Parts: sequence; C-alpha cells; structure tokens
Amino acid sequence: MRRILKKSLQKPELAATLLLVVLIVVFEYTSNGFFLSAANLRGFLGLMPETALVAVGVTLLMISGEFDLSVGSVFALMPMTMAVLMVHGWPFLLAMSAGLLLCVVIGFLNGWLTLRFEIPSFITTLGMLFMARSLTVVISGGFPPRFDLNAVPAPLFAAFVGPGGLFRASLLWFLAIALLVGFILGRTNFGNWVRATGGFLPAAQAMGIPTVRVKIAAFIICSVLAGFAGMLQVMRLGSPLPSSGEGMELQAVAAAVIGGTSLWGGIGSILGGVIGAILIRVIDNGLVLSQVDGSWFKLAVGALTILAVIGNTWLRKRGQAMKVSEH
Amino acid sequence: MDGNPTAATPVISVRDLHKWYSGVHALRGVSLDIPHGQALGLVGDNGAGKSTLISILSGLHQADSGEIRVDGDPVRMRGPRDAMNLGIETIYQYNSMVPTMTIARNLFIGREPLKAQVGGFGILDERRMRAESVGAIADVGLHLRSPDALVGELSGGQRQGVAIARALYFKSKVLILDEPTNHLSVKETAKVIDYVRTLSEQGMTCIFISHNLQHVFASCSRIVAMAHGEIVLDKPTGETSLDEVQNVL
Repeated sequence: MRRILKKSLQKPELAATLLLVVLIVVFEYTSNGFFLSAANLRGFLGLMPETALVAVGVTLLMISGEFDLSVGSVFALMPMTMAVLMVHGWPFLLAMSAGLLLCVVIGFLNGWLTLRFEIPSFITTLGMLFMARSLTVVISGGFPPRFDLNAVPAPLFAAFVGPGGLFRASLLWFLAIALLVGFILGRTNFGNWVRATGGFLPAAQAMGIPTVRVKIAAFIICSVLAGFAGMLQVMRLGSPLPSSGEGMELQAVAAAVIGGTSLWGGIGSILGGVIGAILIRVIDNGLVLSQVDGSWFKLAVGALTILAVIGNTWLRKRGQAMKVSEH
Repeated sequence: MDGNPTAATPVISVRDLHKWYSGVHALRGVSLDIPHGQALGLVGDNGAGKSTLISILSGLHQADSGEIRVDGDPVRMRGPRDAMNLGIETIYQYNSMVPTMTIARNLFIGREPLKAQVGGFGILDERRMRAESVGAIADVGLHLRSPDALVGELSGGQRQGVAIARALYFKSKVLILDEPTNHLSVKETAKVIDYVRTLSEQGMTCIFISHNLQHVFASCSRIVAMAHGEIVLDKPTGETSLDEVQNVL
C-alpha cells in the first residue's frame, strides 16, 4: 500500500491531475452547472486538441533536455504555407506534405544549430520564433489567403463526430497522436534514450547513446506536431491568420511544466503535458462561464504554473523521502 | 603478441599512443600491456594524462597516433559503443547512471532488450529488464528493495555497485573505474575497493584510476604512475611504496 502511495506521489502529473479535478468541480459550481453541459463541452473539446498537441511535442522535447519557443510561429506558418500553395493550384495532399516538410526542416534547424554551435535552444528557438512568424506574414502577403474549405477534406479534421456530435474529428487525431508519442516515450528504446539524454547527458553519452540525433529527432517531432495543430485550427476556422498561435509557445511550456515536466529535462510525462494543456483551457473556459473578467486569465495561468511546480516538487520529495519496508 | 609468443596475449595492449588537445601534448608515447585478470592502479596528478588515456580506451576520444590491441587484434574505437562491444566498460565517478531513471532502466541504457523491433527501434521488454536487473544486482552482493527505485535515491556506493553489476551482466572483459571512490563515505569506499579485489580474483581485468594512493594500493596488484603525459613508474604493488610513487608524481 505504502509502495503504491510512494509511486503515485512520484508521478509527475499528480499535482496537475488533482488541480484539474478541483477546478472542474469549482467551475461546475460557479457556472451553475453549465460547465459540464454538452453545449459547453462541444466548444471546449473542439479547441482543446490544438493546444494539447503543441504541448505534447513541447513536453517530449523538454524531457530530452531542450526547449522550443518557436512552436507558436510554426503553428501559424504551416497552415499558411499550405494555404498559399493551394491558392497557387497545388492539390491538398501535396500542399499539406510541403507544410509538414517545412516543419521538419525548422525542427531540424532548431536542433542542428543548437547542438552544432553549442548554444542554448532557448536562443535558437527564440530566433526561430521571429523568423517563422515573419515568414508567415511575408508569404500571406499581409492578409489571409482565401482558403477554399471545399477543396480540402476539412471534415476529416474538423467535423463534429462522436455521440451527439460532442467532439470534433480533431480530438481523435489528438488522442491517437498523444497515445503514440506517450507509447514511444514510455515503452520503446528510443523513449529510454530520450529520458537518459535529458536526465543526465554525460551518462547517456558514455553509454553510447546517439544523444545529438535523439535531440534533433525530438526537435523535429515538436515542430511537426505544432504545425499539424496549426492545420487543425485552420480546418476549424476556415482561414489561416498570420497572427494565430501568438503566445502559444509560453502556454505550451506552462502546460508541460504544470504537468510535471522538469525544466532541466529527464522528468515528465506526455499525460502530464496533456493534463497541463487541459488545465489551461479549463481555466480560460471556466473564468468566462463564471462571468469573471477575461483579463484575469493570464494571472490565473501564471499563478497556476507556479503553484503546480511548487506542488510537484513537494510531492516528489515526499514520495522520495517515504520509506517502504524492505521485502 | 609479437616478439613473445609464449606469454599469454594481453587483454589490452597499447603502443606509442599520442594525443594533442588544443595545442597541449596530453599523451607523449604511452605504451602499456595489461594481462588478463590484473587489477591495475593508474595514478597521477591532474593533467598527468591518465584521464586522456582512459577516455581513449573507453572510446570517448580517439588517439592521434599509436596502436591499441584488444586480445591481440588491432582495434579502432569510434565511440563508447565500440569499446563496450569489445568488452571494455567504463564506470565514471558520477556520470555512468541517470539519477532520474529506475535501476532497471539504467542497467540497460543503450542495450535495451526488445520484444519487437524495426530498424533498431522497438518495444522494451520491461519484464525481462526488471527480472534480470534484480539478478545482476544480487550477483554483486547488493540488496536493493526494487528494480523500480530511482537511481537518484541510491547512495554513491550503491550506484557504483549497480554500475559494476551492469558491467558484469554484459560480460565485460575489462572494467575501467575512473575515480570510483570520490565523494564516497569511508564505509562505501571500502566496499568499492572490495569489489575491485573480488573482480580481479574472478578473472576480470580492472583499471582503477584514483587520486587516492591508499585506495589504489589497497585494491591493485600493479601500480602505473603517469606524469606529463608519460608513464614514469610501472611496478607490482609489492615492489613499490606510497613514498616512491608520491616522489615520481
């Protein structure tokens, strides 16, 4: 029993999960029962997959010991690239592939520049944040291109499905991808290398793990997921905006950190990042429903970030200090 | 070996090794034969070249010139993995384990048993990792509560024990211990010294690197001292003394 308690205290996503349950109860009460209604869940579950997918990539990358501030810009650049190419007559699949390929290139550049020149990824990706955003505006020509929703299989990504049309197809995409990334991190040798690389780089190197390639792969996965999430948003809204995804990089980092991911790498879980992202959306949505001035949103997220990290650190220490009897 | 076919082939044989680091001549023609099952103590001051020699033998760096033979065959090691595949395993003072990972995961870093795989990537066989890590750790006389405990929760001595268990599990021929007693309590230091003695009695070749001459004298049968990138003393432990070694350093 104590062993199970000790193990769960050391789970990185514990604090966030507890907070999530508390907040859902509170908002359900303050919104007079509207929070968990089908009408509200429809809206909530339509938005959530986009930020949560970005958080999945950022979490994986942070566990490998690196950082990506360019995800918000990539979130806008990928669908913009796709839309502009389609305006020029490219078919959907080709345009989407080109957009995702661009994400691969950006992720690779983020990783390669960081590792080749031994500079902090904070700097590399901060630079990429500006460059990718600028590119988005440049190729859009200053105003959003017309995006013919009939020429793309938008229903495949944005149609309401599920019982009573409760959620959109994007939720299924998100669940499949999050499960896959979670599986890769938790159950494969590559996941083991990611954790070792972020957990203690010299040991990973000494054991012969190709740490540079592992990190570059994590950068690429992070960028591709951000771009894919951006595409999901455009499928929902119908038009790519040069400004979409602004501020998302910090929300994604906050989600990862709230979910128990360490800023120093090695510690964290995909589930934690997802719960962190859901928490942020719950606060956004719950404050509005509770008729609180929306300007309080960032204050709440900020306080939550600090609170969750303090909670995580405390719980982990309690868990480690806890003695379990020898067999 | 060339020249003396009657003697048993050394497990590691180094000839005229040179290494420059950004203009510094860190190794100046080092030659060394290490027979099977020997516990060799490598001593020297900071910058004497012992770390350089060790990082070359463990595959972290490559020599600029010279030859390395393992069991008589010339080898080229391009990375730590090459050295491990040749049976040379290195334990560093603090960096051979990932503290945020479990014992079972640490034991198999980079050499994970897989249930299914495609092109080198695959699904971990976690049941096997747990079961075999329990066995491997028991083999070195360590009793840990669970293979799922984080390495960060272990004491320094226990960590070295797990690292040694890992080397034994993968049937290494040569164990390089780089300052394994740093930051350890007196009791745990005694334990590590004990490991080295037991291992060489069991036929494992050990290279023990330490600042602490007492630790080396207590565990090794041969002392090699380095200074300024060269070997300045090479004697059986019984034929030298702490004073003599201290004088050449």
